[in-house]
Amino acid sequence: MLVGYGKEYQVIVVGAGHAGCEAALAAARMGCSTLLLTMSLDVVAMMSCNPSVGGLAKGHLVHEIDALGGEMGLSADATAIQFRRLNTRKGPAVRASRVQSDRMAYSARMKTVIEAENMLDLKQGAVVSLEVGDNGIRGVNTREGLFFAGLNVILTTGTFMHGLIHIGLKNFSGGRAGEPASEGLSDCLRDLGFKVGRLKTGTPARLSRRSIDFDRLQQQVGDSLVRGFSFLNNGYELNQLPCYIANTNQQTHEIIRNNLHQSPLYTGVIEGVGPRYCPSIEDKVVRFPERISHQTFLEPEGRTSSEIYPSGMSTSLPPDVQLQFYRSMVGLEQVEIMRPGYAIEYDFVEPVQIKKSLETKLVDGLFHAGQINGTSGYEEAAAQGLIAGINAARRVQGQPPLMLGREQAYIGVMLDDLTTQPTHEPYRMFTSRSEYRLLLREDNADQRLTSLGRDVGLVSDLRWQKFEAKQKEFILGQTALEQRRISASLKEVVAALELGDLSQGLSLRDVLRRPEISIEQLVPLAEELRKCSPEALEQLEIAVKYEGYIQRQYQQVERVRSLEEQPLPAALDYMQISGLSQEVKERLGEVLPETLGQASRIQGVTPAAIAVLSVYLKRWKKEPKD
Amino acid sequence: MYMAGPHSFTAEDVVEIHCHGGQHNVSLVLRTLIQAGARLAQPGEFSYRAFLNGRIDLSQAEAIADLIHARSEKSHSLALSQLEGQLSQSLYLNKKLIRDALCLIEAWIDFPEEELPQEDLFKIRRSVDEVLVILNKMVSSYNTGRLYSEGASLLLLGKPNVGKSSLMNALLGENRAIVTDIPGTTRDLLEEGLVINGLPVRLVDTAGISESSDPIEKEGVVRARNRIISSDLILLLIDGSKPVDEEDLAALEICYSSKYIIVSTKADLDPQIDIPHSFKNNLCRVSSKTGEGLDSLRQLIQSTLVADSSFGENSVLLTSQRHQSTANSAIKCLIRFVDALDNGLSLEFLATDLRDALSALGEITGETTTDDVLEDIFSRFCIGK
Repeated sequence: MLVGYGKEYQVIVVGAGHAGCEAALAAARMGCSTLLLTMSLDVVAMMSCNPSVGGLAKGHLVHEIDALGGEMGLSADATAIQFRRLNTRKGPAVRASRVQSDRMAYSARMKTVIEAENMLDLKQGAVVSLEVGDNGIRGVNTREGLFFAGLNVILTTGTFMHGLIHIGLKNFSGGRAGEPASEGLSDCLRDLGFKVGRLKTGTPARLSRRSIDFDRLQQQVGDSLVRGFSFLNNGYELNQLPCYIANTNQQTHEIIRNNLHQSPLYTGVIEGVGPRYCPSIEDKVVRFPERISHQTFLEPEGRTSSEIYPSGMSTSLPPDVQLQFYRSMVGLEQVEIMRPGYAIEYDFVEPVQIKKSLETKLVDGLFHAGQINGTSGYEEAAAQGLIAGINAARRVQGQPPLMLGREQAYIGVMLDDLTTQPTHEPYRMFTSRSEYRLLLREDNADQRLTSLGRDVGLVSDLRWQKFEAKQKEFILGQTALEQRRISASLKEVVAALELGDLSQGLSLRDVLRRPEISIEQLVPLAEELRKCSPEALEQLEIAVKYEGYIQRQYQQVERVRSLEEQPLPAALDYMQISGLSQEVKERLGEVLPETLGQASRIQGVTPAAIAVLSVYLKRWKKEPKD
Repeated sequence: MYMAGPHSFTAEDVVEIHCHGGQHNVSLVLRTLIQAGARLAQPGEFSYRAFLNGRIDLSQAEAIADLIHARSEKSHSLALSQLEGQLSQSLYLNKKLIRDALCLIEAWIDFPEEELPQEDLFKIRRSVDEVLVILNKMVSSYNTGRLYSEGASLLLLGKPNVGKSSLMNALLGENRAIVTDIPGTTRDLLEEGLVINGLPVRLVDTAGISESSDPIEKEGVVRARNRIISSDLILLLIDGSKPVDEEDLAALEICYSSKYIIVSTKADLDPQIDIPHSFKNNLCRVSSKTGEGLDSLRQLIQSTLVADSSFGENSVLLTSQRHQSTANSAIKCLIRFVDALDNGLSLEFLATDLRDALSALGEITGETTTDDVLEDIFSRFCIGK
């Protein structure tokens, strides 16, 4: 018999990974009594794989989380051991930040923050089933025999649901190396009518630091300027640790090829689909036989830890084969494996069954976030957790959910993709997924999202004041660029900027348009610019220099706005619409898009079908069917 | 014959009734069906349904529409080749070149720490140039393509009683316009359609160009002058049995801004050898009476209209206005790409221009999704950390 806990929570979050932590913090900070349940209190916000946060598109997500008032950027900054800004020369919108974090320190900091949150209770407990009533979710039951009541539940199950770990041809139940899987919950979801699928991911071995000959490896150091992720930390001092680069060779590949019969992937033992962008080393060797070498970055897992993470070397070959092939690499001849690499299969719930708010379509008040939605990556998980937490709290408050558009944030792109595209593999964010990439930059995440975060109640006064100050600098700077002019008579300035013969004066803005001029050169010419922070200056420069491109993207946004703003009533019966093909009817009926814009992005839905649909919609509105 | 959807042409369930020949039998079957509640299809309704049901894409649907309206065999085969996707195929090849370039750039952007091919913008520039050449050629082919699918309009011009109506009748092979010896009989524009060497042509007979005081004829002259602007080719007729006069010179003056052929008529009468030099260009002697010179006139008409002979039987001609403007907007994006490259703009902007070009071309052949590009990246390069 289950025992009631006696306390009813407004929001219950199941799982304390990257999604769960953000969800719980957001809900609690928005004033909801919140419970965060985890199978083990010792592994909060654990980085199961790569000990780093950010990178291309992921760094963008972290900035967005931060702008909305989330925690990930702050935690990554606080526990960083190396900082790099990637792609500095490839364009303003694709510059991306990445930090190596101290894995244990990250987990510890997040736990401390959670424990300090007033409205938030952190408890150990493994959820095995959900209680669902006529009005939606009612609460969760734990393996330990407790019932926690709550009208909003956020599931963030990671790789734990029915997790199966593969090392060579051996496999056993587990949610992460050394931790048990969560059994029962996915069966319960299936019973509730959810379509549950199976995905696969993998991780490399962890190597012992003192067994590696670093003198024979190339060193990679961090940037000298450490900017960090959070808007609240602009630039800070950091004692950075280096990473190292090692390479596989023909012998490594030979060992791997000779042992493919022991690979669960190549012998068909693994059924789940793995990510294409994160292939195991055996995958790389098989798929790219012409390559004579593959690179790996050896990343320290922390300041005190001896474990070294070899990126790009995930494997599910047996441990003895792993040892053999790692040892075939220069610098790793004597390497000791501390934990073997493995592959893991886990259950996920097809994300077309959630709305863009992350609430499930089937059960009111039940939200899914993170890997349960078929995504991969800490940043993708955290972003969903934050939105789920916000929207669960909004539901408690009787407010409409926070929805982000594709033109507003990578988070919007991700949620739109998840709810319209079929899941073929774990979903990871790439900048190329956004059609409005120029609008979604790291540098303007604050401008895009801070006020939304403020509206929902997650942006602190401190952040808000700082944001307003920066906005003021920006606007004053903008006016200065437009109104301040360099007259032809200012010969020294004209010569210094190499402006050539000026017949008439130029505004600073016109000068800045020239490709060879940077905004730093103009700072001495305007007092307003001297008062600007480096971040505001960067934004001013981007706004002027790339105005044409940015304007064109805004025009594209406008062009599809009418589709995006046309809601599709949930009561619409697609089967009744003549002129739609059977396939389109079925896809629409399955996905139940929320807007015409979303419908247009569903695979197989043609422009003609959208035309038919919009005509039908006009008629439907006039004489709504019952 | 029952064809179950979605494997029929329209992707709907279709029943075809095959009956013995003869209009009578067909009418009987139709009448029975209509009495039972069926209705006749509207023109193009089957293609429309096939399009709505996603069975055919837009460019195929348009080719079917062209096919229905095809006026000659040549334009019939043009419509057919487009239907079979020659246009789509050629565009697909260009799209593939752009997509390959985009794939590299996106890979350089999204995977800065992977071991990718070196950033070689020069190579990308070359393949974009290649696409530009092809697209430009396609756009300029639009005029030729349009001639085949819409037909060329051919204006007969010349002073009164020079033999315009006779020539028209000779080309048509039957009496259409009224021929008399009284100048100015053809008061109005008389349009006739015929096929000249595979090219559908509308012959437009006009009242002669002369300063007449007759108000009816004056109106006809104004219209003829207006028609010059909108016709593809002018046949300027001069009377081969008389010396060239001021009026002929005035008429030639009008032609200079267009494509024209000078037709010296009445070759069966005493030929006037004294033809001024300015009239010898593109000259053809014919006799409407005997048929002399008509074949070489036909030849000349075709070769003058289809000036660019590089469009052989198998080349792709753009035949619709929509395709032309789409190709034009793709060209605009690619030119922007080349400019951006020359101005040293970073990869991200180059990618934006290529994406825009792809989405422009996608209006003819269907969208390229970001997932397609990612798919390319993952299949071409070894990505993965």
